[in-house]
Amino acid sequence: MTPAEFYQRDRRLQPPALTPDYKTSVARSPRLSLISLENTASEITGPTFGHGDIDPIDNDLIKNHARTGDPIGERIIVHGRVLDENARPVPNTLVEIWQANAGGRYRHKKDSYLAPIDPNFGGCGRTLTDGTGYYFFRTVKPGAYPWRNWINNWRPAHIHVSVFGTAFCQRLITQLYFEGDPLIAQCPIVHTIPDPDAIQQLIARLDMNASVPLDCLAYKFDIVLRGRRSTLFENRLEGN
Amino acid sequence: MRQTLDYLRETASQTAGPYVHIGLAPGAAGFDIYREELGRDIAGPNARGQRIRVEGLVIDGMGSPVKDVLIEVWQANADGIYPTPDGGAVEDGFRGWGRVITDFETGEWSFETVKPGAVAGRHPTVSSVARRVRDTHPDWMGRTDEAAARMAPHLNFWLVARGINIGLNTRMYFPDEAEANAADPVLNLIEWEKRRATLIATRGEDKAGLPVYRFEIRLQGDDETVFFDI
Repeated sequence: MTPAEFYQRDRRLQPPALTPDYKTSVARSPRLSLISLENTASEITGPTFGHGDIDPIDNDLIKNHARTGDPIGERIIVHGRVLDENARPVPNTLVEIWQANAGGRYRHKKDSYLAPIDPNFGGCGRTLTDGTGYYFFRTVKPGAYPWRNWINNWRPAHIHVSVFGTAFCQRLITQLYFEGDPLIAQCPIVHTIPDPDAIQQLIARLDMNASVPLDCLAYKFDIVLRGRRSTLFENRLEGN
Repeated sequence: MRQTLDYLRETASQTAGPYVHIGLAPGAAGFDIYREELGRDIAGPNARGQRIRVEGLVIDGMGSPVKDVLIEVWQANADGIYPTPDGGAVEDGFRGWGRVITDFETGEWSFETVKPGAVAGRHPTVSSVARRVRDTHPDWMGRTDEAAARMAPHLNFWLVARGINIGLNTRMYFPDEAEANAADPVLNLIEWEKRRATLIATRGEDKAGLPVYRFEIRLQGDDETVFFDI
């Protein structure tokens, strides 16, 4: 079957390139319009990954860098489904995450925040969705941290999420926030997104039903990738 | 009853931030955690075609290199075929996809791969009328419409970094494919001919004779690279 094309990206809900309240975007944003390109083979295909590419422990951030014990912090499960705009699951797709530790410090040679590195926490994980598009990670809740933008900006607790889908035009990186965090409303990076509902879609909900009693809380985070047209009319291929 | 559409809405993008390497290339962040990092070998050992190196810089609106950018590359093999989930008609080990990170001091990046072939364009299937004309009058058509519809060899790039709110899509074309580039349906979509040149690399060779293509991507300014909404 010829892979079908995708619905156009709704740029009204996506952040524009130039968002002056997020200062770094000013010098890094194209000023000219994007050229709209109807899908070709280069956009509707994309890399795929298998269980040979990753290890089962890769989705357990509590264990995948444990050296002398478990990392410090609030133990959580992050789980959900990868869906497309047609509400169909996206199976066997690679989901990668990265985050600061419970004190808000990243294990990165360029992070110099004064909160300490946790010797038992790497801060990255990866997994493949199952046949129903479901994924989960176990980790510790990241801490808020300050960053240089205005004099006193703090990032809300967040986990970076990278997803592939089946086509290069579905490629997405976003950030997961946590329900109830008062820093969300103040964050210039969150508010690069012009659409309030689209922001709500980035806030993981506390999911007591998925928590493990006496062990860890859970947050649910569904991810929606662009949807693919469903029908390919043989007599008008140009429309599909 | 009010009719409703049951579509979901795409999740909004957020910047990959300065620490994107922790998640996507932890070795560059300074630690070793995975058995194997993904995207290090684009073409694999069995790929046919010309081995090449591609190098460059991403440059911001102040003219400075973007030292923390992360680039993903997606390409066809030398026959112009993309890998598919079942492997497809490509060589064993050909992933067609790579992750490229910079030297944090200079912003320079490079990767090795094979030069892709021309790829079938958006309308590989011609209209029945055109096909009938071609089949009955092949000389009159001059060239096949498949050839006319093919896209010149190109690499697809996706750029993420701190300060980039949603990944930027662009393409790199090859300077030694002038004829194919002139007929390329995507380059020809760009109304301003001068801007098409922003997608064409320059060519050199390293000491061992390996072709080296250099591609400088300018996020802003007089020679702003063409980015696509795909």
